Amino acid sequence: MTTNTEWPLWEVFVRTKAGLDHKHCGSLHAADPKMAVQMARDVYTRRQEGSSVWVVRSDQIVASDPSDKDMYFDPAEDKVYRHPTFYKLPGSVDHM
Amino acid sequence: MSSSIKIPATPELHYLLRLSDTCLILGQRLGEWCGHAPILEEDIALSNMALDLIGQSRALLTLAGQRSGEGYDEDQLAFLRDEIDYRNPTLAELPRGDFAFTVLRNVILSTWLKLMWERLHDSSDAELAAIAGKALKEARYHQQHAADWAVRLGDGTDESRRRCEAALATLWLYTPELFEDDAVDAAATAAGLGPAWSQLREPWLAEISEILGEATLAIPGEAAFRSSGKRGLHSEHMGYLLVEMQYLQRSYPGGAW
Repeated sequence: MTTNTEWPLWEVFVRTKAGLDHKHCGSLHAADPKMAVQMARDVYTRRQEGSSVWVVRSDQIVASDPSDKDMYFDPAEDKVYRHPTFYKLPGSVDHM
Repeated sequence: MSSSIKIPATPELHYLLRLSDTCLILGQRLGEWCGHAPILEEDIALSNMALDLIGQSRALLTLAGQRSGEGYDEDQLAFLRDEIDYRNPTLAELPRGDFAFTVLRNVILSTWLKLMWERLHDSSDAELAAIAGKALKEARYHQQHAADWAVRLGDGTDESRRRCEAALATLWLYTPELFEDDAVDAAATAAGLGPAWSQLREPWLAEISEILGEATLAIPGEAAFRSSGKRGLHSEHMGYLLVEMQYLQRSYPGGAW
């Protein structure tokens, strides 16, 4: 039997300003959710990077298997028609 | 010039220095954790708080320099005073101790500072009120961070609880100084500069009781001992702290970066 003395790992997501999405920016160790949020604030928003933080227990993230990479992602390679680049946009529409 | 500066004995100036020095000296003590905290994340958190406190003291020392009538700047006031002209309560200068000691001192002083900033926000001195408005946000976070740790450690393992009880027994001896008035407080209240320190006692005790209650830590009893740092009479630890803090400015006068 092993005794777990390591605090769990948390993934940190920071939103830079209202309206934008939270972006993954790193991870940290913390004993509980409240500590994780505070540590995320202290470690990742010291230089005005954020207006909101999320933390998620790393072991709660379900990830795709790296060995499935070919099967999962390569088939999209030759399907350019899925990109909406064949439409002509009016000049007044920005940032598309 | 690296020789010591002299501080005029005006009560308003001393009122500002008591507060600025509390921030400055506590910031110096918290800065000692840089590279030594129990975990990397907390190391950064403590250093952040130290920098907040030093920022607060910089603003206050600049203001005190303007009010001193001597034209002193923040660096002169921070680094070129003699020990007796530092006016922080002794609690702030005690050695950092173990992590429990640091956490509980931060609970005590961040709660006190938060209540102080709340009141100074209504100061008749517009600049002091502005400094307080900014510092209040920082102090609220410092209190929350420290209080959460106090609960984890106080209501934690036998070892963490034992350390918390020992730390609190020592720290508590130095708390009466935070609530005793003298001529400095009388002048400050008369001028509308800020509250008499005694006015903070009741709200402080209410918040501390709540935090310690959640941490399942008992409030120690009253003792006869009275510390006197805010009158310039410091503990034996203060000289060592100042030697380290002042060394650079004394050795390289006017050095800036």
